[in-house]
Amino acid sequence: MQTVKMVVTGPFSSGKTQFIQTVSEIDVVATERKISSESERIKETTTVAMDFGRITVDDDLVLYLFGTPGQKRFDFMWEILSEGMLGFVVMVDSSRPETFREARRILETFRAYAPTPYVVTANKQDLPDAWEPEDMRIALRLSPEVKLLPCTATDKESVKNALLELLYSILERMDS
Amino acid sequence: MALKGNLRDFSFSQLLNLISLAKKTGTLEVLGQEKAATISFEEGKLSYAQNSKADNGLAAILLRTEKLTDKQFQVIKDKAEDIGDKELGLMLINSNYVTQDEILSSLKQEFVSTANDLFTWEEGIFQFENNVKPSPDKISLLINLENIIIEGSRQLQEMERLQDELPSLDMALQFTENPGTNIRNVNLSVKEWRVVSFINPKNSMKQIARTTKLNEFEFRRIVYSLIQAGLVEIIRPEGVDPPSPKIPTLPVETSEEQKSLVNRLITRIRSL
Repeated sequence: MQTVKMVVTGPFSSGKTQFIQTVSEIDVVATERKISSESERIKETTTVAMDFGRITVDDDLVLYLFGTPGQKRFDFMWEILSEGMLGFVVMVDSSRPETFREARRILETFRAYAPTPYVVTANKQDLPDAWEPEDMRIALRLSPEVKLLPCTATDKESVKNALLELLYSILERMDS
Repeated sequence: MALKGNLRDFSFSQLLNLISLAKKTGTLEVLGQEKAATISFEEGKLSYAQNSKADNGLAAILLRTEKLTDKQFQVIKDKAEDIGDKELGLMLINSNYVTQDEILSSLKQEFVSTANDLFTWEEGIFQFENNVKPSPDKISLLINLENIIIEGSRQLQEMERLQDELPSLDMALQFTENPGTNIRNVNLSVKEWRVVSFINPKNSMKQIARTTKLNEFEFRRIVYSLIQAGLVEIIRPEGVDPPSPKIPTLPVETSEEQKSLVNRLITRIRSL
Protein backbone atom coordinates (compact mmCIF):
# COMPACT_ATOMS: atom_id res chain seq x y z
CA MET A 1 0.00 0.00 0.00
CA GLN A 2 1.37 3.41 -1.04
CA THR A 3 0.58 6.41 1.12
CA VAL A 4 1.02 10.11 0.47
CA LYS A 5 0.26 13.03 2.74
CA MET A 6 -0.73 16.65 2.54
CA VAL A 7 -0.58 19.09 5.42
CA VAL A 8 -3.32 21.60 6.23
CA THR A 9 -1.96 24.47 8.27
CA GLY A 10 -2.97 27.98 9.29
CA PRO A 11 -3.56 30.15 12.35
CA PHE A 12 -5.76 29.24 15.29
CA SER A 13 -9.44 28.88 14.32
CA SER A 14 -8.82 29.23 10.58
CA GLY A 15 -10.88 26.13 9.76
CA LYS A 16 -8.29 23.39 9.36
CA THR A 17 -10.24 20.69 11.19
CA GLN A 18 -13.42 21.50 9.24
CA PHE A 19 -11.51 21.44 5.94
CA ILE A 20 -10.27 17.90 6.60
CA GLN A 21 -13.61 16.72 7.97
CA THR A 22 -15.41 17.85 4.82
CA VAL A 23 -13.51 15.48 2.51
CA SER A 24 -12.26 12.74 4.80
CA GLU A 25 -13.90 9.33 4.37
CA ILE A 26 -13.28 8.54 8.02
CA ASP A 27 -14.28 10.55 11.03
CA VAL A 28 -11.38 12.86 11.53
CA VAL A 29 -9.13 11.66 14.30
CA ALA A 30 -9.19 15.03 15.97
CA THR A 31 -7.09 15.58 19.06
CA GLU A 32 -9.07 18.47 20.42
CA ARG A 33 -9.02 19.85 23.93
CA LYS A 34 -10.93 22.56 25.72
CA ILE A 35 -9.18 25.89 25.38
CA SER A 36 -7.46 27.07 28.52
CA SER A 37 -6.27 30.48 27.33
CA GLU A 38 -8.83 33.27 27.62
CA SER A 39 -7.27 35.13 24.69
CA GLU A 40 -7.90 32.17 22.42
CA ARG A 41 -11.44 31.48 23.62
CA ILE A 42 -13.07 32.13 20.25
CA LYS A 43 -14.17 28.54 20.13
CA GLU A 44 -14.59 25.89 22.79
CA THR A 45 -11.96 23.40 21.66
CA THR A 46 -8.75 23.43 19.63
CA THR A 47 -6.45 20.88 18.05
CA VAL A 48 -3.46 20.14 20.27
CA ALA A 49 -1.58 17.51 18.27
CA MET A 50 -2.97 17.03 14.80
CA ASP A 51 -6.08 16.21 12.85
CA PHE A 52 -5.93 13.20 10.70
CA GLY A 53 -8.17 12.47 7.69
CA ARG A 54 -8.01 9.85 4.95
CA ILE A 55 -9.04 9.57 1.30
CA THR A 56 -8.61 6.13 -0.26
CA VAL A 57 -7.65 6.56 -3.91
CA ASP A 58 -7.65 2.91 -4.99
CA ASP A 59 -6.52 -0.49 -3.79
CA ASP A 60 -2.92 0.53 -3.29
CA LEU A 61 -2.93 4.31 -2.77
CA VAL A 62 -4.15 6.34 0.20
CA LEU A 63 -3.97 10.09 0.73
CA TYR A 64 -3.69 11.28 4.32
CA LEU A 65 -4.55 14.82 5.34
CA PHE A 66 -2.83 16.13 8.45
CA GLY A 67 -3.98 19.30 10.19
CA THR A 68 -1.46 21.18 12.32
CA PRO A 69 -2.32 22.47 15.79
CA GLY A 70 -3.43 26.09 15.62
CA GLN A 71 -1.98 27.38 18.85
CA LYS A 72 1.50 28.85 18.77
CA ARG A 73 2.81 26.75 21.63
CA PHE A 74 2.51 23.62 19.51
CA ASP A 75 4.74 24.97 16.72
CA PHE A 76 7.32 22.28 17.46
CA MET A 77 4.95 19.77 15.78
CA TRP A 78 5.23 21.50 12.41
CA GLU A 79 8.64 20.17 11.42
CA ILE A 80 7.55 16.60 12.17
CA LEU A 81 4.32 17.00 10.23
CA SER A 82 5.98 18.58 7.20
CA GLU A 83 8.43 15.69 6.77
CA GLY A 84 7.71 13.90 3.50
CA MET A 85 4.59 15.85 2.59
CA LEU A 86 3.35 16.17 -0.99
CA GLY A 87 2.37 19.80 -0.49
CA PHE A 88 0.49 21.99 1.95
CA VAL A 89 -2.59 24.16 2.24
CA VAL A 90 -2.43 27.36 4.29
CA MET A 91 -5.87 28.22 5.65
CA VAL A 92 -6.60 31.85 6.47
CA ASP A 93 -9.81 33.08 8.11
CA SER A 94 -10.93 35.84 5.71
CA SER A 95 -12.99 37.51 8.43
CA ARG A 96 -10.16 37.88 10.98
CA PRO A 97 -7.48 40.22 9.65
CA GLU A 98 -5.78 40.09 13.02
CA THR A 99 -4.61 36.57 12.09
CA PHE A 100 -3.08 37.52 8.72
CA ARG A 101 0.34 38.24 10.17
CA GLU A 102 0.35 34.88 11.91
CA ALA A 103 -0.69 33.25 8.62
CA ARG A 104 2.32 34.79 6.88
CA ARG A 105 4.61 33.57 9.63
CA ILE A 106 3.24 30.03 9.29
CA LEU A 107 3.57 30.14 5.52
CA GLU A 108 7.20 31.28 5.73
CA THR A 109 8.00 28.61 8.31
CA PHE A 110 6.51 25.80 6.23
CA ARG A 111 8.26 27.04 3.11
CA ALA A 112 11.52 26.93 5.03
CA TYR A 113 10.88 23.38 6.31
CA ALA A 114 9.99 22.04 2.88
CA PRO A 115 9.87 24.11 -0.33
CA THR A 116 7.09 21.91 -1.72
CA PRO A 117 4.09 23.30 -3.64
CA TYR A 118 1.36 25.00 -1.62
CA VAL A 119 -1.86 26.92 -1.98
CA VAL A 120 -3.40 29.54 0.30
CA THR A 121 -7.13 29.47 0.95
CA ALA A 122 -9.17 32.51 1.88
CA ASN A 123 -11.51 30.55 4.13
CA LYS A 124 -14.90 31.54 5.58
CA GLN A 125 -15.81 33.48 2.45
CA ASP A 126 -19.45 32.88 3.39
CA LEU A 127 -19.17 35.21 6.41
CA PRO A 128 -20.38 38.80 6.02
CA ASP A 129 -17.08 40.24 7.29
CA ALA A 130 -14.93 38.19 4.92
CA TRP A 131 -12.25 40.13 3.06
CA GLU A 132 -12.06 39.88 -0.72
CA PRO A 133 -9.34 37.40 -1.75
CA GLU A 134 -7.50 40.05 -3.77
CA ASP A 135 -7.43 42.39 -0.76
CA MET A 136 -6.08 39.48 1.27
CA ARG A 137 -3.38 38.89 -1.33
CA ILE A 138 -2.08 42.41 -0.68
CA ALA A 139 -2.43 42.10 3.10
CA LEU A 140 -0.67 38.73 3.11
CA ARG A 141 1.94 40.04 0.66
CA LEU A 142 1.50 37.08 -1.66
CA SER A 143 3.10 37.37 -5.06
CA PRO A 144 0.83 36.95 -8.11
CA GLU A 145 2.04 33.40 -8.85
CA VAL A 146 0.88 32.10 -5.44
CA LYS A 147 -2.56 30.49 -5.70
CA LEU A 148 -4.97 32.21 -3.31
CA LEU A 149 -8.31 30.41 -3.46
CA PRO A 150 -11.62 31.55 -2.07
CA CYS A 151 -12.88 28.78 0.20
CA THR A 152 -15.66 27.73 2.54
CA ALA A 153 -14.38 24.72 4.45
CA THR A 154 -17.91 23.40 5.10
CA ASP A 155 -18.53 23.17 1.33
CA LYS A 156 -17.15 19.99 -0.26
CA GLU A 157 -16.72 21.50 -3.73
CA SER A 158 -14.73 24.36 -2.27
CA VAL A 159 -12.39 22.00 -0.39
CA LYS A 160 -12.05 19.74 -3.44
CA ASN A 161 -11.08 22.78 -5.50
CA ALA A 162 -8.31 23.69 -3.07
CA LEU A 163 -6.90 20.15 -3.08
CA LEU A 164 -7.11 19.93 -6.86
CA GLU A 165 -5.31 23.25 -7.32
CA LEU A 166 -2.56 21.98 -5.04
CA LEU A 167 -2.27 18.78 -7.09
CA TYR A 168 -2.15 20.81 -10.34
CA SER A 169 0.73 22.82 -8.83
CA ILE A 170 2.51 19.58 -7.98
CA LEU A 171 2.11 18.39 -11.58
CA GLU A 172 3.42 21.73 -12.87
CA ARG A 173 6.44 21.41 -10.57
CA MET A 174 7.15 17.95 -12.03
CA ASP A 175 6.96 19.30 -15.56
CA SER A 176 9.24 22.27 -14.91
CA MET B 1 30.08 38.68 46.25
CA ALA B 2 29.66 39.48 42.55
CA LEU B 3 26.31 39.06 40.88
CA LYS B 4 26.93 36.57 38.05
CA GLY B 5 24.72 34.74 35.60
CA ASN B 6 23.37 34.52 32.09
CA LEU B 7 20.67 36.74 30.55
CA ARG B 8 19.09 33.53 29.28
CA ASP B 9 18.16 32.67 32.88
CA PHE B 10 17.87 36.12 34.44
CA SER B 11 16.69 38.76 32.00
CA PHE B 12 18.13 42.25 31.66
CA SER B 13 14.88 43.81 32.91
CA GLN B 14 15.04 41.61 36.02
CA LEU B 15 18.63 42.71 36.54
CA LEU B 16 17.77 46.40 36.21
CA ASN B 17 14.86 45.95 38.56
CA LEU B 18 17.13 44.36 41.15
CA ILE B 19 19.78 47.08 40.81
CA SER B 20 17.12 49.79 41.07
CA LEU B 21 15.34 48.31 44.11
CA ALA B 22 18.58 47.54 45.95
CA LYS B 23 19.98 50.99 44.99
CA LYS B 24 23.19 49.33 43.96
CA THR B 25 26.40 51.11 42.99
CA GLY B 26 28.75 49.24 40.71
CA THR B 27 29.43 48.15 37.14
CA LEU B 28 27.67 45.49 35.13
CA GLU B 29 29.59 43.78 32.34
CA VAL B 30 27.69 41.69 29.81
CA LEU B 31 29.48 39.47 27.33
CA GLY B 32 27.42 38.22 24.41
CA GLN B 33 28.27 36.54 21.14
CA GLU B 34 30.62 38.93 19.33
CA LYS B 35 29.51 41.87 21.44
CA ALA B 36 29.86 43.22 24.94
CA ALA B 37 28.48 46.07 27.01
CA THR B 38 29.43 47.77 30.24
CA ILE B 39 26.96 49.73 32.31
CA SER B 40 27.66 51.55 35.55
CA PHE B 41 25.15 52.46 38.25
CA GLU B 42 25.18 54.91 41.12
CA GLU B 43 22.66 54.36 43.95
CA GLY B 44 20.39 52.36 41.63
CA LYS B 45 20.57 54.86 38.77
CA LEU B 46 22.30 54.45 35.43
CA SER B 47 25.45 56.55 35.40
CA TYR B 48 27.45 55.38 32.38
CA ALA B 49 27.25 52.90 29.50
CA GLN B 50 29.40 51.76 26.65
CA ASN B 51 29.26 48.96 24.13
CA SER B 52 32.04 47.12 22.37
CA LYS B 53 30.80 47.86 18.87
CA ALA B 54 31.23 51.62 18.90
CA ASP B 55 33.78 54.29 19.69
CA ASN B 56 32.56 55.38 23.13
CA GLY B 57 34.58 58.60 23.35
CA LEU B 58 32.66 61.85 23.79
CA ALA B 59 33.62 63.14 20.32
CA ALA B 60 32.27 60.00 18.63
CA ILE B 61 29.06 60.19 20.65
CA LEU B 62 28.56 63.84 19.67
CA LEU B 63 29.18 62.90 16.04
CA ARG B 64 26.57 60.12 16.21
CA THR B 65 24.02 62.49 17.72
CA GLU B 66 24.88 65.05 15.04
CA LYS B 67 26.16 67.70 17.45
CA LEU B 68 29.52 67.65 15.69
CA THR B 69 30.23 67.55 11.97
CA ASP B 70 32.55 64.98 10.38
CA LYS B 71 35.14 67.71 9.93
CA GLN B 72 34.97 68.87 13.55
CA PHE B 73 35.20 65.26 14.69
CA GLN B 74 38.29 64.67 12.56
CA VAL B 75 40.00 67.79 13.93
CA ILE B 76 39.35 66.63 17.49
CA LYS B 77 40.61 63.13 16.70
CA ASP B 78 43.77 64.54 15.18
CA LYS B 79 44.57 67.11 17.83
CA ALA B 80 42.96 65.95 21.06
CA GLU B 81 42.87 62.19 21.00
CA ASP B 82 44.56 61.81 24.37
CA ILE B 83 42.24 64.19 26.19
CA GLY B 84 39.66 62.68 28.55
CA ASP B 85 35.93 63.20 28.02
CA LYS B 86 35.49 65.68 30.86
CA GLU B 87 38.31 67.91 29.67
CA LEU B 88 37.20 67.61 26.05
CA GLY B 89 33.64 68.51 27.04
CA LEU B 90 34.83 71.69 28.75
CA MET B 91 36.94 72.62 25.75
CA LEU B 92 34.03 72.13 23.36
CA ILE B 93 31.69 74.18 25.55
CA ASN B 94 34.25 76.98 25.94
CA SER B 95 34.88 77.08 22.21
CA ASN B 96 31.10 77.20 21.53
CA TYR B 97 31.08 73.98 19.56
CA VAL B 98 28.32 72.59 21.76
CA THR B 99 26.41 73.52 24.89
CA GLN B 100 26.45 71.64 28.19
CA ASP B 101 22.84 70.58 27.62
CA GLU B 102 23.72 69.16 24.23
CA ILE B 103 26.53 67.09 25.73
CA LEU B 104 24.31 65.78 28.52
CA SER B 105 21.40 64.96 26.22
CA SER B 106 23.74 63.21 23.76
CA LEU B 107 25.26 61.12 26.51
CA LYS B 108 21.84 60.26 27.92
CA GLN B 109 20.64 59.19 24.46
CA GLU B 110 23.75 57.04 23.99
CA PHE B 111 23.60 55.41 27.45
CA VAL B 112 19.87 54.66 27.17
CA SER B 113 20.38 53.25 23.67
CA THR B 114 23.10 50.91 24.96
CA ALA B 115 20.80 49.78 27.78
CA ASN B 116 17.86 49.32 25.41
CA ASP B 117 19.97 47.17 23.12
CA LEU B 118 20.61 44.78 26.01
CA PHE B 119 16.89 44.06 26.32
CA THR B 120 17.09 42.29 22.96
CA TRP B 121 19.95 39.98 23.95
CA GLU B 122 18.68 36.47 24.48
CA GLU B 123 21.98 35.31 25.93
CA GLY B 124 24.95 36.95 27.56
CA ILE B 125 27.13 36.24 30.56
CA PHE B 126 26.83 39.07 33.05
CA GLN B 127 28.78 40.06 36.11
CA PHE B 128 27.98 42.95 38.43
CA GLU B 129 30.87 44.21 40.52
CA ASN B 130 29.85 46.27 43.50
CA ASN B 131 31.37 49.73 43.89
CA VAL B 132 33.30 49.63 40.61
CA LYS B 133 32.81 53.01 38.99
CA PRO B 134 33.57 54.33 35.51
CA SER B 135 36.97 55.83 34.83
CA PRO B 136 37.23 59.33 36.41
CA ASP B 137 37.78 61.03 33.06
CA LYS B 138 34.34 59.85 31.86
CA ILE B 139 31.23 62.01 32.29
CA SER B 140 28.66 60.32 34.51
CA LEU B 141 24.92 60.98 34.65
CA LEU B 142 22.13 59.84 36.93
CA ILE B 143 19.26 58.34 34.94
CA ASN B 144 16.26 56.71 36.61
CA LEU B 145 15.90 53.05 35.69
CA GLU B 146 12.09 52.82 35.87
CA ASN B 147 11.53 54.52 32.53
CA ILE B 148 14.31 52.50 30.92
CA ILE B 149 12.71 49.24 32.12
CA ILE B 150 9.27 50.26 30.84
CA GLU B 151 10.59 51.55 27.52
CA GLY B 152 12.93 48.56 27.09
CA SER B 153 10.11 46.08 27.71
CA ARG B 154 7.92 47.91 25.21
CA GLN B 155 10.73 47.88 22.65
CA LEU B 156 11.27 44.18 23.25
CA GLN B 157 7.64 43.50 22.34
CA GLU B 158 7.98 45.69 19.27
CA MET B 159 11.22 43.92 18.35
CA GLU B 160 9.47 40.55 18.49
CA ARG B 161 6.85 41.91 16.12
CA LEU B 162 9.51 43.33 13.80
CA GLN B 163 11.29 39.97 13.79
CA ASP B 164 8.04 38.35 12.70
CA GLU B 165 7.73 40.92 9.92
CA LEU B 166 11.38 40.72 8.84
CA PRO B 167 12.48 37.23 9.77
CA SER B 168 15.84 37.42 7.97
CA LEU B 169 18.18 40.34 7.37
CA ASP B 170 20.04 38.24 4.78
CA MET B 171 17.57 39.42 2.13
CA ALA B 172 18.04 42.63 0.12
CA LEU B 173 15.75 45.59 -0.59
CA GLN B 174 14.77 47.32 -3.78
CA PHE B 175 12.56 50.30 -4.55
CA THR B 176 9.09 49.33 -5.66
CA GLU B 177 8.11 50.14 -9.19
CA ASN B 178 5.33 52.48 -8.22
CA PRO B 179 5.08 55.23 -10.84
CA GLY B 180 3.00 57.47 -8.56
CA THR B 181 5.67 57.71 -5.87
CA ASN B 182 8.84 59.73 -5.96
CA ILE B 183 10.98 59.03 -2.93
CA ARG B 184 12.34 62.58 -3.05
CA ASN B 185 8.88 63.87 -2.19
CA VAL B 186 8.57 61.68 0.90
CA ASN B 187 9.47 63.15 4.28
CA LEU B 188 12.19 60.96 5.72
CA SER B 189 14.37 61.39 8.79
CA VAL B 190 18.16 61.56 8.52
CA LYS B 191 18.45 57.93 9.63
CA GLU B 192 15.83 56.83 7.10
CA TRP B 193 17.70 58.64 4.33
CA ARG B 194 20.88 56.92 5.43
CA VAL B 195 19.20 53.53 4.98
CA VAL B 196 17.54 54.56 1.71
CA SER B 197 20.89 55.60 0.23
CA PHE B 198 22.17 52.01 0.51
CA ILE B 199 19.09 50.28 -0.90
CA ASN B 200 20.30 48.19 -3.77
CA PRO B 201 19.69 44.54 -4.76
CA LYS B 202 23.40 43.93 -4.21
CA ASN B 203 23.29 44.90 -0.52
CA SER B 204 21.76 42.58 2.04
CA MET B 205 19.86 44.23 4.89
CA LYS B 206 22.52 42.95 7.28
CA GLN B 207 25.19 44.83 5.29
CA ILE B 208 23.11 48.01 5.25
CA ALA B 209 22.53 47.80 9.01
CA ARG B 210 26.26 47.37 9.59
CA THR B 211 27.23 50.22 7.25
CA THR B 212 24.70 52.69 8.63
CA LYS B 213 25.75 51.76 12.19
CA LEU B 214 22.13 51.56 13.31
CA ASN B 215 21.24 49.10 16.01
CA GLU B 216 19.07 46.18 14.92
CA PHE B 217 15.91 47.59 16.48
CA GLU B 218 16.25 50.99 14.80
CA PHE B 219 17.15 49.40 11.49
CA ARG B 220 14.25 46.95 11.49
CA ARG B 221 11.85 49.73 12.45
CA ILE B 222 13.02 51.91 9.53
CA VAL B 223 12.85 49.07 7.00
CA TYR B 224 9.43 48.03 8.25
CA SER B 225 8.09 51.57 7.87
CA LEU B 226 9.53 51.84 4.32
CA ILE B 227 7.88 48.53 3.39
CA GLN B 228 4.58 49.56 4.96
CA ALA B 229 4.69 52.82 3.00
CA GLY B 230 5.07 50.77 -0.19
CA LEU B 231 8.41 52.40 -1.01
CA VAL B 232 10.59 49.29 -0.90
CA GLU B 233 10.18 45.55 -1.13
CA ILE B 234 12.21 42.59 0.02
CA ILE B 235 14.08 40.61 -2.62
CA ARG B 236 16.75 37.95 -2.72
CA PRO B 237 20.21 39.59 -2.93
CA GLU B 238 21.85 39.56 -6.35
CA GLY B 239 24.15 36.59 -6.80
CA VAL B 240 22.35 34.43 -4.25
CA ASP B 241 20.51 31.53 -5.82
CA PRO B 242 17.00 30.78 -4.57
CA PRO B 243 16.56 27.44 -2.80
CA SER B 244 15.83 24.85 -5.43
CA PRO B 245 12.15 23.95 -5.45
CA LYS B 246 11.63 20.52 -4.06
CA ILE B 247 9.80 17.83 -5.97
CA PRO B 248 7.34 16.40 -3.44
CA THR B 249 8.18 13.15 -1.73
CA LEU B 250 6.41 10.33 -3.56
CA PRO B 251 6.49 6.60 -2.96
CA VAL B 252 7.40 5.90 -6.62
CA GLU B 253 10.64 6.68 -8.39
CA THR B 254 10.30 7.45 -12.09
CA SER B 255 8.88 10.69 -13.37
CA GLU B 256 6.12 8.87 -15.28
CA GLU B 257 5.09 6.90 -12.19
CA GLN B 258 5.04 10.08 -10.12
CA LYS B 259 2.81 11.88 -12.62
CA SER B 260 0.55 8.86 -12.82
CA LEU B 261 0.21 8.82 -9.04
CA VAL B 262 -0.70 12.52 -8.91
CA ASN B 263 -3.23 12.03 -11.73
CA ARG B 264 -4.83 9.18 -9.75
CA LEU B 265 -5.14 11.53 -6.80
CA ILE B 266 -6.72 14.18 -9.03
CA THR B 267 -9.25 11.72 -10.48
CA ARG B 268 -10.18 10.51 -7.00
CA ILE B 269 -10.67 13.96 -5.54
CA ARG B 270 -12.75 15.06 -8.52
CA SER B 271 -15.01 12.08 -7.87
CA LEU B 272 -15.64 12.90 -4.21
